[in-house]
Amino acid sequence: MDKNNLVLDVKNLFVRYETEDGIVRAVNGLNLQIERGKAIGLVGETGAGKTTTALSLLRLIPKPPGVEECDKMVLDGLDMLSLSVKELEKVRGKDISMIFQDPMTALNPVFTVGDQIAESIFLHEEVTYAEARKRAIEMLEVVGIPGERANEYPHQFSGGMKQRVVIAIALACHPKLLIADEPTTALDVTIQAQVLELMKDLRKQYNTSLIMITHDLGIVAEICDEVAVMYSGNIVEKGTLEDVFNKTKHPYTEGLFNSLPNINDRKAMLTPIKGLMPDPTNIPVGCPFHPRCPYMDEDCKKPQWERAISDTHYVRCSAYDRPGFHIKRRER
Amino acid sequence: MSDTILEVKNLTKHFKTKRGMLHAVDGINFSVKRGQTLGLVGESGCGKTTVGRTLLRLIEPTSGEIIFEGKNITKISLNKLRHVRKDMQLIFQDPYSSLDPRKTVSQIISEPIIANKIFKSSEEIHARVAELMATVGLAARLFNTYPHELDGGRRQRIGIARALAMEPKFIVCDEPVSALDVSIQAQILNLLKELQAEFNLSYIFITHDLSVVNHFSDEIAVMYLGKIVEKAPAEQLFKNPLHPYTQALLSAIPIPELGVKKKRILLKGEITSPINPPEECRFKKRCVYAYDKCDKHPDLVEISPDHYISCHLVEKN
Repeated sequence: MDKNNLVLDVKNLFVRYETEDGIVRAVNGLNLQIERGKAIGLVGETGAGKTTTALSLLRLIPKPPGVEECDKMVLDGLDMLSLSVKELEKVRGKDISMIFQDPMTALNPVFTVGDQIAESIFLHEEVTYAEARKRAIEMLEVVGIPGERANEYPHQFSGGMKQRVVIAIALACHPKLLIADEPTTALDVTIQAQVLELMKDLRKQYNTSLIMITHDLGIVAEICDEVAVMYSGNIVEKGTLEDVFNKTKHPYTEGLFNSLPNINDRKAMLTPIKGLMPDPTNIPVGCPFHPRCPYMDEDCKKPQWERAISDTHYVRCSAYDRPGFHIKRRER
Repeated sequence: MSDTILEVKNLTKHFKTKRGMLHAVDGINFSVKRGQTLGLVGESGCGKTTVGRTLLRLIEPTSGEIIFEGKNITKISLNKLRHVRKDMQLIFQDPYSSLDPRKTVSQIISEPIIANKIFKSSEEIHARVAELMATVGLAARLFNTYPHELDGGRRQRIGIARALAMEPKFIVCDEPVSALDVSIQAQILNLLKELQAEFNLSYIFITHDLSVVNHFSDEIAVMYLGKIVEKAPAEQLFKNPLHPYTQALLSAIPIPELGVKKKRILLKGEITSPINPPEECRFKKRCVYAYDKCDKHPDLVEISPDHYISCHLVEKN
């Protein structure tokens, strides 16, 4: 990895929500570095802390009940931790932007889609409103919607079209980092294919770095360069697609792959991970996965750290300290 | 006992709306073999859920026939239907809204037993509920908990236990795992398969997830705007999809493996409105192969053993 060309560098991020029912530990000491122009998939199940991580990168964690602690959060040379609210407003939508899961609720129902795209351009760039409108129409065409439809309201568009509008807003100011939170989960497969194809093209065109939050490893295989697997508020394995898909190291990643139906072998039995995700108010000591892990031993109850398998591949699992340890999933 | 547990002939359901007739299900035919699974796939709005509900007459069909165990149940009285429904059950998509939040787990599971007066004494009911909970893998300590205390996977197990309470022969599973995470999804799919083997259950498995349906079904029917466009044994359908829509649908599945080279067929446009659909092939507007013949919707024809397709291209080739 080229450490001198990072678009995002996060060290030791903690986010917790202090609620009446207890402290919800959503993100627990996360480290994340993304090279310029690269796309990383942030994969995990419900409650793994993916969305909280994204909101924290945008500095949008509601406080209270949220409490953030972080050693370093640098976005393209900009220290995100020291910025004031006013300064953050200039950064959001310009340098870093986000696509939300549900396009139905992400758009304002009382403004036309043209105005909603123009708003972002008008706020961040020194242009007149008329120019912003003109660029908004161009942007609509970039995402494959005829410019004439700029004067229509969100309810006049279908789900896939609305998500295209959201993408147009997010990319209108050519951000350096785009965070997409399950952008196609609410869409049908054929529409999902269209939207993913569009995101792939635009990312290349604008050289935007991407964090793709998803639970679908198939989507990751399709549009990302790297994968980070999250479990219980931390990244348990990170590497290139090749590393994580073909040289899987973490027992949780193995469990995820074994849970997926194999499209080429329909007779194969599914091997689910036993048990459930831990309660975020009461995370197991040591490795949070140890109560569900088939390879668990006493060391797993001690604090965990990352181990480098190669220059690009990291795993957070103490089992790799045991001589000759390997998981059952074979290298491909 | 015949091999076929359920047969559907020309099933149609139209809903009246302000803007015209909504053709949710438009003259479909299929049958389900005993102990097997028919997968029903399609995108949102294609009518797959309406099919599931019409089979149990939770929605009354506009026309057509539903033949269950050799008996035409399309027109029988609600009183007689009550008896038939013991053999036909439904598992819902959303384990959050399909369970009464004010009832405990045991109350929810015992409801059909009490309603059908299967057991009188509370000891017997208690024993049956405990047995059902063990069957679906719910710990006995959850007997008096409420659904909100449980996670999605366990809630779906409650729904399955409730469906099993009357020892049905046939279950409509309407997107039973869509709301669940992959690791939990695998647990529930395995459970449904084990139950099928144990009780010789027949399933209709409704889903939009193609890799799940491939794993789970013996036969698959692909729906598009109220019509079945292709129907074939699962293996056959995935190996040799013939309808242009099926081809596009299968090519759109993101596969969690590297180096899988596949040609993606991107469909233009989106599903057209099912309200007052024109006479033409429902898929014509998005089909790259459309030609003049497609102005009339093609019939579903058998082109090789058990492989049915509704497309004019068949004649062309």
